Amino acid sequence: MAQMLSYMHKDTWIHRLSGVTKMLYFILWSIVGMVTYDTRVLMVMFVISIILFSMSKTSFYQVKTVFTIIGIFLTINILAIFLFSPLEGTKIYQSRTDLLHLFGSYVITKEQLFYEFNVALKYFTVIPVALMFIVTTNPSEFAASLSKLGVKYTIGYSIALALRYIPDIQKDFTEIKRAQEARGLDMSKSAKFSHRVKNMMAILFPLIFTSLERIDTISNAMELRGFGKKKKRSWYRERPFTKTDYVSIAFIFIFSVLAFVVTFIDGTRFYNPFI
Amino acid sequence: MKRPIIQFDNFSFKYRTQMDVTLKQINLTIYEGEKILILGPSGSGKSTLSQCINGLIPNSYSGDITGTLLVCNKEPAKVGIFEMSKSVGTVLQDPDGQFIGLTVAEDIAFSMENECVAQPIMKQKVQEAATLVSIDHLLEQPPQELSGGQKQRVSIAGVMTEQVEILLFDEPLANLDPAAGKYTIELIDQIHQLSDTTVIIIEHRLEDVLHRQVDRIIVMDNGEIVADMNPDMLLSGNILTTVGIREPLYITALKYANCKIQEHQKPSQLNSYITEIEKNNIQTWYNSYTKEKTQEKEEEILAIEKVFFSYANKRPVLQDVQFTIKKGEMISIVGKNGAGKSTLAKLICGFEQVNDGRILFRGKDMANDGIAKRAEKIGYVMQNPNQMISKSLIFEEVALGLIARGLSEEETKQRVEATLKICGLYPFRNWPVSALSFGQKKRVTIASILVLNPEIIILDEPTAGQDFRHYTEIMKFLEELNRNHGITILMITHDMHLMLEYTTRGIVIADGKLIFDQKTSEILTNSNIVEQASLKVTSLFELAKACEIENPIDFIESFIEYDREVREHGADAILHA
Repeated sequence: MAQMLSYMHKDTWIHRLSGVTKMLYFILWSIVGMVTYDTRVLMVMFVISIILFSMSKTSFYQVKTVFTIIGIFLTINILAIFLFSPLEGTKIYQSRTDLLHLFGSYVITKEQLFYEFNVALKYFTVIPVALMFIVTTNPSEFAASLSKLGVKYTIGYSIALALRYIPDIQKDFTEIKRAQEARGLDMSKSAKFSHRVKNMMAILFPLIFTSLERIDTISNAMELRGFGKKKKRSWYRERPFTKTDYVSIAFIFIFSVLAFVVTFIDGTRFYNPFI
Repeated sequence: MKRPIIQFDNFSFKYRTQMDVTLKQINLTIYEGEKILILGPSGSGKSTLSQCINGLIPNSYSGDITGTLLVCNKEPAKVGIFEMSKSVGTVLQDPDGQFIGLTVAEDIAFSMENECVAQPIMKQKVQEAATLVSIDHLLEQPPQELSGGQKQRVSIAGVMTEQVEILLFDEPLANLDPAAGKYTIELIDQIHQLSDTTVIIIEHRLEDVLHRQVDRIIVMDNGEIVADMNPDMLLSGNILTTVGIREPLYITALKYANCKIQEHQKPSQLNSYITEIEKNNIQTWYNSYTKEKTQEKEEEILAIEKVFFSYANKRPVLQDVQFTIKKGEMISIVGKNGAGKSTLAKLICGFEQVNDGRILFRGKDMANDGIAKRAEKIGYVMQNPNQMISKSLIFEEVALGLIARGLSEEETKQRVEATLKICGLYPFRNWPVSALSFGQKKRVTIASILVLNPEIIILDEPTAGQDFRHYTEIMKFLEELNRNHGITILMITHDMHLMLEYTTRGIVIADGKLIFDQKTSEILTNSNIVEQASLKVTSLFELAKACEIENPIDFIESFIEYDREVREHGADAILHA
């Protein structure tokens, strides 16, 4: 649980990139991925994503749960599109090739399938990069890069600190839960739902109290060591820019421009193989 | 004469949230380069005093100040915490809570980051500070993988990177195992000698702090300074007993043997203190005292058989642990931080499952009993009462476990009231939990376990963070449960006094293995075991050696028994018996 979707120290060129580079890359990549529906662009991005993901040596175990959740959302999304607008593809590509008539106005068309394929592809171009960004960026470095990009350092640091404390709070949670179970509060699936909710409250109350204690100590400790004193601070974990950083940034800028040119050159965001 | 660095002048302070004044008319001067111990029971105002020095009062905790306070020629109330942090470096009590960075190196660098120090300088200074406290091999470690002692060294390294004039240690020994505590005291001493820093230690564990010389001890009680003198003078007087601070055990032993504690003989140094007179007195006392034979317990209640355990895919936490517990015993489980003591308790309670081996309750394997089922036989009390309390009224809190088990209202009421009476909480039954002191809360958590009628209670650090008065209160209560109600008690502890005084048998765990299972007096005199398990030899052993007593183990047992009688009935009762 603790290792899930949190930073893992590994030594690859992606890990060695500066947090700022990765952040810029992630932002631009997501924008392109969200804007374009051009299948050619999406395919290229998809391939690059997969290559980068495997180069980062991220094990699937780290991101499995998130993948499953996103997979469920994707399915719902795709079904919903079909349910609410079964002829969306036909409208977009201005052509209609029926494949199968279901009932009423629900017809499966080639265009609709192609459109929904593009939607799914969009998910798969952005998600690997997003997950990779999270598991390859040290939270402190992430905070450092946020402040470099102009976000107030207190905000960036709070995020890093929250990440730092997640394992501790998880540990508290398990301990409190067990102690309450020992007193006879059943929190397993066999208990009635209403009981479980009530019993969960018995964990929440002590958890909040212990967390408040933690917050009090930590904020004193931080103040005593001068946090928030100056407008700026330096970062121990900040990585200096290397050649790879410059190359990566140059690549993502050029790529974004090219992707937009390819996408919009024919006037729409869509690549139309039907005309 | 040295320059005064801290000056309290008729200084009083009242917290905004409290009715009474916490610090009353404090007049105190501390000079540059001094090493000072501020001593006092819980609630004496010693922590409040330290928070006035570093500026947390009144900047974080507001209240009313009268009189003046100057620290390094600055008024903390006026200049604020940030400005004070340049002059005063504070190491807080809880090494977990103050660990801010994601790794050791970042935590050490934290205040330099806030000062906008350039990265290359920062890296160099981190390296220097880490080397000073010998944690330079741990720089890339996350906090979860450090022991309490190591975390504290990180905090010390962190304040060492700033050029502070005053170092303030707030209860540095709380939460540390005995060997780590000893090392901390040595480290503080070393830092004091290497730099011109003024060192202030806030503690209530006098004997442990006196492991190294301090210049002056300031004793606080009820918000006032009741003594300000050198350690030798303090030890030869009787202020400690009045305020409820435990004097070093060897001093108590000397007093029992009718030795007059002489200031000029320097009682703070045990080895040089013993002369022929003391030696004779101690030997006479020892030879005249015959202790009672303790009865061996017979009936076996819990058996741990060849238990192995490791968390998923990690290194083994427990290996081949085996021991049995008899009904009615009171036992300590001791060992280094992270040696596997708590894990053992969790296995017994069923919070975790053994990989191999068996845990038997009255000869029956418990492998198929769930957490709630086991809890009816074996109760577990966590270290921090706030981790357990989930109701706002004491009665409700204690009743929680019974209601969950579906008992009738009538029976619940009856059992809760009976338990509250045993725990001395009956008069408070309708009070809100939040109105109780830490020690009373601890009692509530014990009551909430006791109400389930367990035969064994396991307590994790029952006295952590408690001063001598509260410690005695809790331990007496546990002893009563053990003696009068026949409850078997297992305690996980770092407190060597507790182990020696209240438990007859100790189980020593080091690196996941049971390395010793013996009478507690034998554990604390075995230097090999003491070293392996990160414990500390008791000063009574050193006293016995200095007085050339042939059987130090028997001497220690005699002392413990005599001491207990004195505390129960007063010294006169024994003399006349």
